Amino acid sequence: MTSLFRKWIGAGKAPIPVLPLLLGLLVLAVLYSVTIGRYDLSVQEVALILIDNIYPVAAPDWEPVQEVVVEQVRLPRILAAVLIGFGLAVSGAALQGLFRNPLVDPGIIGVTSGAGFGGTLSILVGISGYGLLAIAFTFGMGSIFLVKLLSTVRGRTSMLTLVLAGVVISAFFSAAISIAKLLADPFQKLPAITYWLMGSIASSSYADVLLIAAAVVPASLAVYLLRFQINILSLGEEKARALGARVVLVQWIILIATALISAGVVATSGIIGWVGLVIPHVARAIVGADHKKLLPVSGVIGAIYLLLVDNLARTLTTAEIPLGIITALIGVPVFAVILRRVHSRGGWADD
Amino acid sequence: MIEVRDLAVDRGGKRILEAYGFHLESGSVLSILGANGVGKTTLLGTLIGLLKPAGGKVAIDGRIGFVPQLFEVPFSYSALDIALMGRARHLGLFGSPGAKDYEIVRRCFSMLGITKLEHQTFNSLSGGQRQLVMIAQALGSECDLLILDEPCAALDYKNQDKVLALLAQLQKDHGMTIVFTTHMPQHAVEVASHVLLMTSGRDFLFGPVPEILNAANLSDLYALPIGRAEFTDRPKHTFAPLFRSGETASDV
Repeated sequence: MTSLFRKWIGAGKAPIPVLPLLLGLLVLAVLYSVTIGRYDLSVQEVALILIDNIYPVAAPDWEPVQEVVVEQVRLPRILAAVLIGFGLAVSGAALQGLFRNPLVDPGIIGVTSGAGFGGTLSILVGISGYGLLAIAFTFGMGSIFLVKLLSTVRGRTSMLTLVLAGVVISAFFSAAISIAKLLADPFQKLPAITYWLMGSIASSSYADVLLIAAAVVPASLAVYLLRFQINILSLGEEKARALGARVVLVQWIILIATALISAGVVATSGIIGWVGLVIPHVARAIVGADHKKLLPVSGVIGAIYLLLVDNLARTLTTAEIPLGIITALIGVPVFAVILRRVHSRGGWADD
Repeated sequence: MIEVRDLAVDRGGKRILEAYGFHLESGSVLSILGANGVGKTTLLGTLIGLLKPAGGKVAIDGRIGFVPQLFEVPFSYSALDIALMGRARHLGLFGSPGAKDYEIVRRCFSMLGITKLEHQTFNSLSGGQRQLVMIAQALGSECDLLILDEPCAALDYKNQDKVLALLAQLQKDHGMTIVFTTHMPQHAVEVASHVLLMTSGRDFLFGPVPEILNAANLSDLYALPIGRAEFTDRPKHTFAPLFRSGETASDV
């Protein structure tokens, strides 16, 4: 199936430029997403309103309220979706390569729930913004550290124990989150924490976008710089060391970058899971496993995916559905399919 | 040149090798034989620097290219992707293969006659083809010394022949120093100049093939009654050792 698809798009011979094509799609998806909502707008109007910021349009024929809807209400949320989708997909692709495990994403290895607990704790004591980011990052790193500690025996990290350690650490932090909820003021803080944990970008402002960017941009850049090292590490630690790779250094840079992305997402939007698991598989089917292509293509597909999911979230029902619920509803069946495929190849036996 | 002196290696808190030592000149081919679990892989791991010796010394002249036992990768890398990973040493932490690296690896592919495999998925290749891709990876790293862990395991006769002929050619045409482990004494006869028989973690025999590879030594090595191990002037693949009839391992 995968190879047929790659043959069809001409992978190997004269490959079509996948990345520019996807970037074009992303721009279209952004323009289309801005038109969606109670206030009716056409793609052309949206494009003109946005272009006006760079090259002032001679005779603007839109009302000021339309400009406010596009630039102040809808665009921040859309940019947030793009950045979050991009960051989560890149961190998922990097983690899958690093642990040579197609079943891994920041949620599976416990980073998300660690960062989620950090965020809950922050809300409980009344810290927000970059303070919340810092605390979420600290707990995300803490959970990564614990998972690594649990799953690494004599310098080897086994596929199965990594996932199990992630489950255990996630369970621990979920319990910790429950305790925090019990302690929270049931009329003000508890609803805030509960809704935030479900994952939503409905109330995103430009300040939120900037905060997500501050986490996602440097972390994605660091991961991309290590694209070839991730290729090598996906052969396994011993083979990577024999090839001269600096295994421990690369592992830690990627783990720190992943924790930063997760913390950035959690700090502004709560827990949005499964994106990092699903998207790299789609990207791998299109451009192959080489992380030089896989990382940017995953990122852009992730951005488009989360944007579409967010459109669903705000249009499916009159009340908004939290984003995290939809990504989980799509992600879990995909995880099940991948699990079956890995299992039928006897994938667990070889670590 | 490989110089191993009074080598001791521990693994998981247990002493695996003790008092090992040999000297191999550049351009020689060394074949390592020994029963399962005697420490062949440990010795190779120490030679390529993955394991730190607990005692003694390993000195190696030149850059090492390592070919591990047959394996599968978790993702759909192409054969070229896999071979390019051999360039890691020549690229910095943040580097990625450029035109020059592609050229070097493609030259290795054409030398090994596997150019048509370039874009095929590594996991979809046969064992023999995967082995050649891994040798291309090692050669692409511009190594002076090739170390292979059971390069012929899980290969049929034809592919064994192909890999061994390639090793012989690399030694002859490029003066490459080659070290490989095997379970087939005839592989040593076919391409090796020297042989290391690992009888146990502390007992071993090292020397030129004709001197060391005889029935008595092989009987000791495998604790089996081997009656004849005369390999010279026999056609390929027929010179497997013959067992003495009517005897069992306990009679040795």
